Amino acid sequence: MNAVEKVTLEQVQDVATLANLELSPEELPRLANDLNAILGYVEQLNELDTTYVLPMAQVSEVLGIQPSLAGESLRADQVRPSLDRGAVMAEAPETDGRFFKVPKVIER
Amino acid sequence: MADAVHPELETMTLDAARSAVQEGRLTAFALAEQHYGRIGAVDPGVNSYLALSRERALEQAEKIDAAAKAGGPLGPLAGVPLGIKDVLVMRGAPATAGSRILKDYHPPYDATAVAKLEAAGAVLLGKLNCDEFAMGSSNENSAYGPVQNPRAPGHVPGGSSGGSAAAVAAGLCIGSLGTDTGGSIRQPAAFCGVVGVLPTYGRVSRYGLIAFASSLDRVGPLARSVKDAATLLEVLAGPDPMDATSSAQPVPSYNVEAAKPVSGLKIGVPEEYFGEGLDPELRQAVEKALDDLRAGGCTVEKISLPHTRYAVPTYYLIATAEASSNLSRFDGVRFGLRSAESNTLAAMFRNSRDEGFGAEVKRRILLGTYALSAGYYDAYYRKAQQVRALLAHDFLNAFAKVDAIVCPVTPSPAFKLGEKTDDPLQMYLEDIYSVAASLAGICGMSVPCGTTAAGLPVGVQVLAKHFEEAKMLRVGAAIEAAQAG
Repeated sequence: MNAVEKVTLEQVQDVATLANLELSPEELPRLANDLNAILGYVEQLNELDTTYVLPMAQVSEVLGIQPSLAGESLRADQVRPSLDRGAVMAEAPETDGRFFKVPKVIER
Repeated sequence: MADAVHPELETMTLDAARSAVQEGRLTAFALAEQHYGRIGAVDPGVNSYLALSRERALEQAEKIDAAAKAGGPLGPLAGVPLGIKDVLVMRGAPATAGSRILKDYHPPYDATAVAKLEAAGAVLLGKLNCDEFAMGSSNENSAYGPVQNPRAPGHVPGGSSGGSAAAVAAGLCIGSLGTDTGGSIRQPAAFCGVVGVLPTYGRVSRYGLIAFASSLDRVGPLARSVKDAATLLEVLAGPDPMDATSSAQPVPSYNVEAAKPVSGLKIGVPEEYFGEGLDPELRQAVEKALDDLRAGGCTVEKISLPHTRYAVPTYYLIATAEASSNLSRFDGVRFGLRSAESNTLAAMFRNSRDEGFGAEVKRRILLGTYALSAGYYDAYYRKAQQVRALLAHDFLNAFAKVDAIVCPVTPSPAFKLGEKTDDPLQMYLEDIYSVAASLAGICGMSVPCGTTAAGLPVGVQVLAKHFEEAKMLRVGAAIEAAQAG
């Protein structure tokens, strides 16, 4: 983290595109503002030297519980009933009962 | 309308409800109907319920009544009316997660926590309001309107499990399920004067929980007493083949454990939790709780959790990064809202998310996406994970010396509706005493501890090591008992 470089409107727009978010002309500067305030605040983490600290991704790591590579910590790989397909498809905004329908993907 | 209000429901405990049903003094059906009557009369002013699951509840109540009549064995929650935070799915009821993007979503399955409660005999009344995708500390981020704090009119109930705390406080259910990612059970419990338990990460299955930040999200109970919360936790805890993060650690009888004396326990008081921003009345409440514990035979000693001040920035990087990933599933394809006017797939994704997500959710997705994006990952996300390890070791070091930690839940009592909505950073600082425990994965709870001079509820936080809920509940029960005395 370099000393608080301001995030530009253009960068916020790029991140929004990555996240598939549509931002209105009013939202963009407001969110840029918020983002800069929050990033300025989290800057204080740089006060800590973490060169030799292993990152903690999961709680089990600090407890010394490592996921087993052999897979015995996972449930048995057995065929079991799953959700009713009709009930699942019924929640789709647009479906033919078998597939989810979406707007055309390939332009002619 | 007067009898529909049923004021006696406001103080009814889980034990009282269950034994009345078991002994035939009250049917589960009548108890459910009384609750629905009270919800109809009182909830328009609270806004805690987003949906009622009347049919399912009454069907279950009839089943319980038939079993009670037959003299058969009844589950530990037989006939007890409960509410479910709307981020947990329940067949037959909508699950909105407080978001417009899931407005008409009817999940076709039950969360494990929901199924376990019902299997133990609980009558599930409906779905409770919350901040959108559990992101918030005031319940003001719900797309379905804010919740009022029943104990403090004009004030927020806290969040994100605001509906879950308010409904218990207002007598609209006897207990409820909430979820806690950075304080979302403990803070609303404190603001509304009820008990809220954050179980250890892995203690309660999250299958069927609409994910916010997967390395932090937890499901836990809110109730009117420590004993009630212990009973609920005992039902909820345990491994689940549907959640690979659920733990096989044995589940003790939390009810039996909570009743054991605290004499001889060592209580740690972290100096970092009593800094400048702490409201003097809340400080006094914690000090009183510590005096009570001393009187009960505990030793109290000062401890240090040196990285505490880094917990909030660490939390908001990790939680938002995970949220940006988890919330990518809302795209208008398989469920939820789809924007009507989109000619291309890409436009449909963007427009559906634009119409469906509220301001705070967008803000967090942006922050999280930024923190994970190329060139910033090491500086933000990785750095936060490293500090997370330091925070976790702070607690492990402390628990090598003490059995439990007692500290405030929040720096101040319930604030007014609208007071903090303009400044996201101010709202994030609300979590200053709750997020470190979330990041470390330890268990915690909020226990009611009187009110301020202005009448606002006060909660005291008890923290214990991973899977040491039994000790935590003992300390919580002792604090609670001293209040009554």
